[in-house]
Amino acid sequence: MRTRTSGRTVGGLRSLSLQAPAVTLLLIWMLIPLGMTLWFSFQRYNLLMPGMEQFAGLENYEYLLTDPALWRAMGTTLVLVGSVLAISVIGGTLLAVLYQQDFFGRGVARVLAISPFFIMPTVSALIWQNMMMHPVNGVLAWFTGLFGLPAIDWFSSFPLLSIIIIVAWQWLPFALLILLTAMQSLDDDQVEAARMDGAGPVAVFFFITLPHLKRAISVVIMIQMIFLLTIFAEIYVTTSGGPGLATTNLAFLIYIRALLEFDVGGASAGGVIAIILANIVAIFLIRMVAKNLED
Amino acid sequence: MNTSRTQRLVLAVVAWSITFVIFFPILWMFLTGFKTEAQAIADPTLFFTPTLESYAAIQSRANYFHFALNSVYVAFGSTLLALLIGIPSAYSMAFLPTKRTKGTLLWMLSTKMLPPVGVLVPIYLIFRDLGMLDTRIGLIVVYTLMNLPIVIWMLYTFFKDLPKDILEAGRMDGASTHQEILFLLIPLTLPGIASTGLLSVILSWNEAFWSLNLTSSRAAPLTAYIASFSSPEGLFWAKLSAASTMAVAPILIFGWLTQKQMVRGLTFGAVK
Repeated sequence: MRTRTSGRTVGGLRSLSLQAPAVTLLLIWMLIPLGMTLWFSFQRYNLLMPGMEQFAGLENYEYLLTDPALWRAMGTTLVLVGSVLAISVIGGTLLAVLYQQDFFGRGVARVLAISPFFIMPTVSALIWQNMMMHPVNGVLAWFTGLFGLPAIDWFSSFPLLSIIIIVAWQWLPFALLILLTAMQSLDDDQVEAARMDGAGPVAVFFFITLPHLKRAISVVIMIQMIFLLTIFAEIYVTTSGGPGLATTNLAFLIYIRALLEFDVGGASAGGVIAIILANIVAIFLIRMVAKNLED
Repeated sequence: MNTSRTQRLVLAVVAWSITFVIFFPILWMFLTGFKTEAQAIADPTLFFTPTLESYAAIQSRANYFHFALNSVYVAFGSTLLALLIGIPSAYSMAFLPTKRTKGTLLWMLSTKMLPPVGVLVPIYLIFRDLGMLDTRIGLIVVYTLMNLPIVIWMLYTFFKDLPKDILEAGRMDGASTHQEILFLLIPLTLPGIASTGLLSVILSWNEAFWSLNLTSSRAAPLTAYIASFSSPEGLFWAKLSAASTMAVAPILIFGWLTQKQMVRGLTFGAVK
């Protein structure tokens, strides 16, 4: 900009016209559905009763917030997000340290270990539910049988845990991929110096590796939170939210209200709650990205 | 010396055991695709006579390629559109920055953080009224907008790495903005554009919220087709495996090829 003589308005205009399509489309994509969700959430509106739409004030919210199903779903969402985060971040960090070591075939092992992240969610869910976790013919049943242990009927006895295992299997590789990249910028000399001073591998991990990974770990946590808050496909193809409400998270509850019960108003009120929850996380993430833009 | 060799051996064994456990479901899916339905539910074994009957069956009975073609159209269509809209935008942010550029970039990212389920109802109703439910064009529109922020972000980071003098020289020679983008920028940053495109293809190919909610059969991509295997009428593990293997193989290879550059896009440049 500064080197150009034609001045800032010309550059500004040019940049405006180049950006206009992207900005306009994203603005429409964001504002119209958002506005409609907000509007519907204040309406009594059911697709099964056309022509009966009317302003309902806070009725949908009142109904939703006093509905035990919502709180059950919030709890399930929390457990799902929390467990998957714990497994993938702790597991991902430890594995990143492991795959950083020099061993035979390391490059191939790394590629295989991050692969689950690239598998489409409907495939992972069905492969796990059937071929791994099936109580009679699944690999896990066969495995426990080798030790004379009874087979576990995963999806009947531990439905939420089963979903957690499947989702964690998909997201641990994501954490691993990001953290392995972050490990690359770890200063080898610093590690070497610490070793010389007599620091053991545990001390190196806690005082050098972990602080170095701090930022990458928080990025992983925030990005995963945004995606995990609305896990859908894995539940849709395996349990459909059941048995009962055992595996119904917030996203699935909204889906049931909207497309199975046709309650547009109630589903929209749920949608507004989901948006607020995601935004709380997003604010922190955006702030971090912004800080990173400066340096 | 001796202890360090044992140590390294132990390390390799531990690392490979863990790798095996993580990769096992994918390996098992791959193997089961070459079994008969009877073998698929028998006790696990690595020794069996491979057969292609499941692969033949999913094509003849379920018209696999119809769904595969939908996936190809939707993933590549939305990626091309996102690049078409994204390249000029990223160009202007990287080479003609204004005071607002940073804010615009961050705002674009924030649209990516809107949970899809929050806008499920309006999008569904708009699609219904416009007759776009269960159409490829409908999914292409949604995926383009879904990936646009990531595409612009990634392109921006690649473009910024390009020395400014090169484009400056082109401008001195009287190149217009279009010529500058077409004949200088795109050829010079082709590897970056390619990995951005691949990430967008991967994300669209694997997307399973909108595809399950907005399509049923005509425009259903592979994610939705695979979901249809969950019907309670009986499970066909060998066919499920064969279909799944074909559905994930190309994306797995794309993922392996671009894993390094992908980190940029997935973390919005916050991890390098």
